[in-house]
Amino acid sequence: MTGGSSQAPTQARATSSFAIRMEGIEKYFGPIAANHDASLEVAPGEIHALVGENGAGKSTLMRILGGLMKPDAGRVEVDGKDVTGWSTNDAIAAGIGVVHQHFMLVPTLTVAENLVLGSEPTKNGVLDYAQAASSVQSLSAETGLKVDPTRKVADLSVGEAQRVEILKVLFRGAKILVLDEPTAVLSPPEVRELWTVLRRLRDKGDTIVLITHRLDEVVDLSDTITVMRAGGTVARIKTSETTPAEIARAMVGREVALSAGTRVASSAPQPRSNRGLEVRDLTIKGSRGNRVVDGVSFVVHPGEILGIAGVEGNGQTELIEGLAGLRDVSSGQIIIDAVDLTSRSVDARHDEGLSHIPEDRHRRGLILEYSIADNLILGVDKKFARNYVIDQRAVLDNAGGQIASFDIRPPDATLNARALSGGNQQKVVIAREMSRAFSVLLASQPTRGVDVGAIEFIHQRLLEARAAGKAILLVSAELSEVLALSDRVAVMYRGKFSVVMPASEASEEVLGEYMIGTKKGATA
Amino acid sequence: MAVEKPTARFATAAWRERAEEALLPPFVALLVALICGDLLILSYGQSPLAVYRMLLEGTWGNAYGFGQVLYKATTLTFTGLAVSFGLRAGLFNIGGESQLAAGGFAAALTGLALPAGTPLILALPLCIVAAGAAGGVVGAVPAVLKTRFGAHEVIVTIMLNFVVLAFLNWIIAAKLHVPETLHTPEIRAGALPRLADMFPTFHGSAANLALIVVLVVAGAVWFYLFRTSGGYALRAVGLQPDAAEYGGISVGRVWLKALTVSGVIAGMGGINYVLGYKHYYEDGFASGAGFLGIAVALVGRNNPLGVIIAAFFFATLSQGGLAIHAFVPKQMMDVLQGVVILAVAVSVPEVRRVLRGSRRRSNA
Repeated sequence: MTGGSSQAPTQARATSSFAIRMEGIEKYFGPIAANHDASLEVAPGEIHALVGENGAGKSTLMRILGGLMKPDAGRVEVDGKDVTGWSTNDAIAAGIGVVHQHFMLVPTLTVAENLVLGSEPTKNGVLDYAQAASSVQSLSAETGLKVDPTRKVADLSVGEAQRVEILKVLFRGAKILVLDEPTAVLSPPEVRELWTVLRRLRDKGDTIVLITHRLDEVVDLSDTITVMRAGGTVARIKTSETTPAEIARAMVGREVALSAGTRVASSAPQPRSNRGLEVRDLTIKGSRGNRVVDGVSFVVHPGEILGIAGVEGNGQTELIEGLAGLRDVSSGQIIIDAVDLTSRSVDARHDEGLSHIPEDRHRRGLILEYSIADNLILGVDKKFARNYVIDQRAVLDNAGGQIASFDIRPPDATLNARALSGGNQQKVVIAREMSRAFSVLLASQPTRGVDVGAIEFIHQRLLEARAAGKAILLVSAELSEVLALSDRVAVMYRGKFSVVMPASEASEEVLGEYMIGTKKGATA
Repeated sequence: MAVEKPTARFATAAWRERAEEALLPPFVALLVALICGDLLILSYGQSPLAVYRMLLEGTWGNAYGFGQVLYKATTLTFTGLAVSFGLRAGLFNIGGESQLAAGGFAAALTGLALPAGTPLILALPLCIVAAGAAGGVVGAVPAVLKTRFGAHEVIVTIMLNFVVLAFLNWIIAAKLHVPETLHTPEIRAGALPRLADMFPTFHGSAANLALIVVLVVAGAVWFYLFRTSGGYALRAVGLQPDAAEYGGISVGRVWLKALTVSGVIAGMGGINYVLGYKHYYEDGFASGAGFLGIAVALVGRNNPLGVIIAAFFFATLSQGGLAIHAFVPKQMMDVLQGVVILAVAVSVPEVRRVLRGSRRRSNA
């Protein structure tokens, strides 16, 4: 260990009761305080939830713990030793394993190859693949993190890739696990499975720090909660002594309506017309010629939200990309407001009134090196150009308006999108897609990785759009979100809609069975 | 966020970062090159100060030397702009060498075909268009192959250099050359006035009015990239093709346009030699200028103004090599060019990280 180990003996006795102790942490990026007087105390063998809005400084605090960044001030202790300003290698050697929100796997390698990367077992100087696979297999069995070590990471579902990430840190002997938003991309059965694994690891004596926005998870799983706001720590609470409402209040510093989980009443019966989105017998083939979307037909009427639930990787992504014009369809028809757009360009679909909140804002939704102002005209730049020359003033005025009405922070239109927190990046996407003229909205994971306050805001916007007569197709891994917002719910399973039902008849239990395929129903 | 009304401060921070990004790498590169140059000169038993003084006197210190720098910088700005235009769309055009040659050849043919005495106001645009078109055709081949068949533009542009240069060599050698030489007859129209014609002090240098043309082209490239919807789309494709596609931009069409225009710009560079200097096309005139354009684009950070500055810098090194030849071998300047390119390539992310670290400490 580096950094101040000479002082360690005197400190050790005083603080040895904590696995992690961070105190008075300060971290600045230019004028922005990412951490200001942040602290964290985690007892060994507990599941500790670290909660807070996007940009509250959770990830920065964990990067400091993991040695990816050095604090400007403050003190970090692990197992009673002062380790302030250590390196990632020190952190790994001390048994700290960070599972990042964005996967850090090599897609072209197999699961086993990814796990042994950096410490490959060799036989005669060649990778001993069999041994790598078998040691992965045994760790997999021991922890209950089931995944086939011989499969390529590129072929895994998001949930499986996550399991590999957790296995990877365990494989390197991590005793203190930090999980950054682990459930953001998982389906309910996968989440339950992850909970079982985490509890098992805790009971084995491992310490777990869970970063999350989802209050139900916090209450469900954690022993202790640390709440952060605006870079600092505002509360440290025993889970058994608190309520979700109290945690939410601490996070945002005011009362919030927890809309997730409560049904929003659907509006008056909709007039049936040929407007809205109609999909007829749509089939999309995947890279290996398999039917990833297999003869799906449905209608979304104006003023209606059709929610699609389902375990990730059952064709939702391909369906949305097909509808948006980003993926070729093999057969079928896509009709918007009675216009057949099946083989039209993305641009033509925009012009016919299609708006699209993509599931991956980093890859699709934003150009990270473009300013907020420039991102706000992606896909609508023609409206800001006269004779192909972009009117800079109009672009900045537009940005000023959107920043104000969507509360994008920090409110500087010239800042690159990369500099924003996840929630504010998503607000940029939503501001752009919802303020253009549209009649059909594809909303794919609209609140993924976004904080409580922003989720509430985004839900409100979707409901407003519905009230304004827009036809909305919502795809979300969050069952509670689908249930809270949708008028009708469809479950996608292996490329087909296994059921379509009014949301009033749906519940997490009912949908869960369709999602894992144990139940198949007629489409309503 | 902790800071309440931060708009102004954020704005300055963003601008400072942008300025740093543009200016710092060339600056650091220069510094590193100077240090390496010192060591090299010392190893020849010469005084670095004396050699550098010689270098400056031979380039910026007198009108002839400065004129030569201007002349060399003109061609390098053309090829540097060409490479950076492609890079802005995420494409690496290594074909500047043959595009420049093709452009020069087309300009010479046009100048030969026009009747003698055609006014410059007519002849010049025709020659420029011909040069650009020839470069554009060479640039369009890899563009089409890429969008149609997914052939990598780096491979195709490199290979095409050999094909095009060999073809031009054959035409000149077999059909068009003046006996005993490898160049065409002198053009009858389109010859550009030299600076020396207006300012006698530049006497003997090759600097000519092509440098006005290149400044106009640089301004047009800047305007296109940063002020038009086409430029918006082009840079979007270069930064994040998936997001551009999502925004309704046709990635293939942008690629086609970017590589073709890149070829056009490189091709137009041919006028500097053909119309401005020799008044004929000579086999091998472009040798090296196309490739050096890559270095100019990198050092200039793909920004038209940066490209102009970088072109001046490389032109100075190249001309300076001749000036100091008496003291140290002029190949030393080639070594320094290599050092600069390496330093820029390395310094970009590194320097910024170091600087950010120090600023954070001062703010904390």
